[in-house]
Amino acid sequence: MSSIGTGYDLSASTFSPDGRVFQVEYAMKAVENSSTAIGIRCKDGVVFGVEKLVLSKLYEQGSNKRIFNIDRHVGMAVAGLLADARSLSEVAREEASNFRSNYGHDIPLKHLADRVAMYVHAYTLYSAVRPFGCSFILGSHDEDDGPQLYMVDPSGISYGYWGCAIGKAKQAAKTEIEKLQMKDMTCRELVKEVAKIIYIVHDEVKDKAFELELSWVGEVTKGRHELVPKDIKEEAEKYAKDSLEEEDDSDEDNM
Amino acid sequence: MDRPPNPQNTGVSTGTTILAVKFNGGVIIGSDSRASIGGSYVSNKMINKLIQVHDKIFCCIAGSLADAQAVTKMAKFQLSFHSIQMEAPPLVKAAASVLKELCYNNREELQAGFITAGWDRKRGPQVYTVSMGGMLISQPFTIGGSGSTFIYGYADAKFKPDMSREECLQFTTNALTLAIGRDNVSGGVVHMVVITEDGVEHVVVPGDKLPKFHDE
Repeated sequence: MSSIGTGYDLSASTFSPDGRVFQVEYAMKAVENSSTAIGIRCKDGVVFGVEKLVLSKLYEQGSNKRIFNIDRHVGMAVAGLLADARSLSEVAREEASNFRSNYGHDIPLKHLADRVAMYVHAYTLYSAVRPFGCSFILGSHDEDDGPQLYMVDPSGISYGYWGCAIGKAKQAAKTEIEKLQMKDMTCRELVKEVAKIIYIVHDEVKDKAFELELSWVGEVTKGRHELVPKDIKEEAEKYAKDSLEEEDDSDEDNM
Repeated sequence: MDRPPNPQNTGVSTGTTILAVKFNGGVIIGSDSRASIGGSYVSNKMINKLIQVHDKIFCCIAGSLADAQAVTKMAKFQLSFHSIQMEAPPLVKAAASVLKELCYNNREELQAGFITAGWDRKRGPQVYTVSMGGMLISQPFTIGGSGSTFIYGYADAKFKPDMSREECLQFTTNALTLAIGRDNVSGGVVHMVVITEDGVEHVVVPGDKLPKFHDE
């Protein structure tokens, strides 16, 4: 649990006596309040899954997407304040576009992650602005370097991953991700597992309805980041729901 | 009677012959070594027109020497910074794009064109032409400069894809020699740089060792 940073937590330009910048930590709390997003890297690509909570039946289906396209070959899944995330997706798009304009080829994912992370970090230095209240996962697939996955958090650090989760159920999601042998799986197999993990970590009691957003990039999409096609998504959701029922049934048997 | 051009307002130019050729496993980039003023005075007999912009990427320059030097200096700086940020050598395409951006964005002021050639891990040996206005295209081989007009026929007839290193050296030397023989603003020695995965090798063929053709 966090400690109260009374007096040292009013601006991002102040350290606490024990060396923490509380505003950045509070920004991370904002991410933890949001619903879960996961990204997993497999043998031939990257799959993103987002648990998008539907707060009202009046919302149009598919609105407020949490997975963005940054460039043809890069996808971004976000958790935290959605407005902050949208602003960062524009920053990422400009970086990728400028790179292509200057150097004539696709931006390497690590470089993009570093550049956007540097931008996020800049907002943790001054009292005149607040840090971004969102974390995001960037993924892409390239013929030569293969699939890659990076996560950036509000402090401005970027990490490379095989599988990562952000948002309220990230611990539970990470536990599920660790059970997978992702290095040996293909995207088609992984899509079903990602859907299953989102269904598992979704809290039926506290958060009622949700929409599952699924996207992928890899050999299966010839290197372009796309939303998973409707039929494959339906198959994945069916698999997820069936696995959950099986687990419920087996729990009853053990009683 | 025609007045000869006034040296003061023509500037030093590399009336020149330059070319780059892809072969099996690498590229050869080559040029003559003459710099002239106004087409009537050789200001430098042994100028190096092959500029190294990165470890395995060279470019050769045509047009105004001052403009070309300014642009390549800027490109060299940008590529050095870029490769350190990327933690990897730049792609040849990236080097060519940097030159192209400089040429295109400053096309009103500049009068310099380039041939960029090199080797990178992703696509191997490549040759790119960046024209004076800032066009960028990739080709298996390309020739440029004032002397190139005399060797289009030779180059088109004698080029073969996937030549060996020796065949390619011979092709390049012959092409440059023929151009030097007919173009008054090309001359001196033949400079060539052979770029492969293993490294970079400079070859210089002095004037008296150039191949002789029928009328010599």
